[in-house]
Amino acid sequence: MEKPVISIRHLVKKFPAGKGEFTALKGIDLEFNTGEFAGLIGPSGSGKTTLLNIIGSLDAPSTGEALVLGNSIGQLSAKEAARLRKHSLGFIFQSYNLLAVHTVYENVEFPLLLLDYSASERKKMVLEALEWVGLTNKIDSRPPKLSGGECQRVAIARAMVKKPSLVLADEPTANLDADNSHHILKTMETLNRELKTTFLFATHDEKVIGYLRRKIFLKDGRVDKDEWVK
Amino acid sequence: MIRFLLKGLLRDKSRSRLPIIVVAIGVMLTVFMHAYITGFMGDTIEMNANFANGHVKIMTKAYAENMDQMPNDLALMETDQLLEELTSQFGSVDWAPRIRFGGLLDVPDEQGETRSQGPVFGLGLNFLSGDSREAERLNIDHVLVRGQRLTQPGEALISELFSQKMHINPGDTVTLIGSTMNGSMAFYNFTVAGTLSFGSEALDRGALLVDLEDARFALDMQDAAGEIIGFQSEGYYNDATALAMSERFNQKHANADDEFAPVMKSLSQQGSMGLYVSMAKYWSVYISLIFVLTMGLVLWNAGLLGSLRRYGEFGVRLAMGEAKDHVFITLIYEAMAIGMIGTIIGTAFGLLFAWLLQTYGLNISGMMEGASLMMPSTIRARITAESYYLGFIPGLLSTVAGTMLAGIGIYRRQTSQLFKELET
Repeated sequence: MEKPVISIRHLVKKFPAGKGEFTALKGIDLEFNTGEFAGLIGPSGSGKTTLLNIIGSLDAPSTGEALVLGNSIGQLSAKEAARLRKHSLGFIFQSYNLLAVHTVYENVEFPLLLLDYSASERKKMVLEALEWVGLTNKIDSRPPKLSGGECQRVAIARAMVKKPSLVLADEPTANLDADNSHHILKTMETLNRELKTTFLFATHDEKVIGYLRRKIFLKDGRVDKDEWVK
Repeated sequence: MIRFLLKGLLRDKSRSRLPIIVVAIGVMLTVFMHAYITGFMGDTIEMNANFANGHVKIMTKAYAENMDQMPNDLALMETDQLLEELTSQFGSVDWAPRIRFGGLLDVPDEQGETRSQGPVFGLGLNFLSGDSREAERLNIDHVLVRGQRLTQPGEALISELFSQKMHINPGDTVTLIGSTMNGSMAFYNFTVAGTLSFGSEALDRGALLVDLEDARFALDMQDAAGEIIGFQSEGYYNDATALAMSERFNQKHANADDEFAPVMKSLSQQGSMGLYVSMAKYWSVYISLIFVLTMGLVLWNAGLLGSLRRYGEFGVRLAMGEAKDHVFITLIYEAMAIGMIGTIIGTAFGLLFAWLLQTYGLNISGMMEGASLMMPSTIRARITAESYYLGFIPGLLSTVAGTMLAGIGIYRRQTSQLFKELET
């Protein structure tokens, strides 16, 4: 049987708040397999971004375990966590977070620079990624010259260019209109199908929810519902 | 990766142009201020050296003990022989015998009766010998108000202020009433060749400048001089060299019993000049240090703000899998590049402005009117070896230190916290 991409057991995350503590996640148990197109759904404060951060090795659990691609997040050193993100994880942010002074090409190229690919390999991979998102005509443009939808497509290309096992998307459509949102989601869905990349969203946007094949509803730091769409 | 970072640096003006300008301005001010302070304090010392103290001064022991009274009865004798010895022992030093004296200047009317009288401070220097640099040292051509410089024996230059008080004009005859070195009354007529304004009340109150041979003749001091002053070949006072020179000379002439034995004193060993020399030495260091520290704080802050502004970018880079220490190191490299470029530009401009002030000077004679201190009427900077590397302290070290401090935030913050800052 294939090992799950993400395996979470009794995960608790506490944050210091004043003199006491605030518990953002109260014992989460979840598993995700390769190729899933799943979402953590819930209102603000439900714990979805905290969970996404832990899965993305940007934060560590207080107690419990989060195994991501076989790596126990709580046990990773900062360097090991960076290595995991560099090789296996892609991130898509609500506000795109492209490097404004770099061109579309350079933004997408950046993760490959960290992986020490040769210039010719990088060029091939960047152009392929830009082709997936339909932006080969914008390679020399800089983010401030692009529309919101185009920026998010660049962000998807940047997340996908190294063909990671797992892509984490935090409210990817929050700053986009309906047309652009659907366009972006279709692109991600296509990549999920073609490349078998696991996509995990944190969202409360109905447009995103409509595309998800697995919906995990979080409420007050707990899993309220875990639904599979037939 | 380096190309990627360089592109970012060059394209993001707030990351490159602005910090470089801030660093360059800070370094320029530091370099210029250091040269200005060094020049101004050094010029004040040089002015005192030129008018009174020399870089070293030789007197008899007895004269040295009562130097302020100008006791010419205790003057050096057989100065020609002593000068020959000095020239052979310290060949690079320019030696100048001088006689300082006091007296009363009598201004006669057309009948030869006294019209007015006033006390004068007299100085006999070697004006008329062809190779003498005394006129140049006292800047006679620039301070000459009326008339001309001395061209023949029997002429004198007097201060303009004094000449106005006494109603003396160039061409008039004046009589010096004083005392010879043997204590007899001395009367000597001089023709006023010109009037001078040094811009310092201490000198303008009543100075009488005459040729050394005339002074000798008037005061009965043949082959004698109150003092022989020496000027180092570098053109600037070097305390260490001057002290070594005087120690060498004094060892040779150590004779405890002879109060007329010559003794050499460096400028810093003469009266209050020692205090001023050490003040000049340390003030220049202190003021420069304060300026360097102030600029250091400004540039530190600039480095800090520049890095804090980029926390968002660091968040993205960390998310992409770049290690924290790599982000930190690239940040330091960038700061070093910015600091280096800014320092080079700032030093170049600082040196340029310092050179302009060193070459052309800033005339403040108008502000010096009535000043009792002997200070230069033209402010000049002086470029020294330190001027070339001093700017690197605030320019490079402070910028890098500021960036390092900001970079520590990368380590202290949770990666997810950087992420939140990125999202806001």
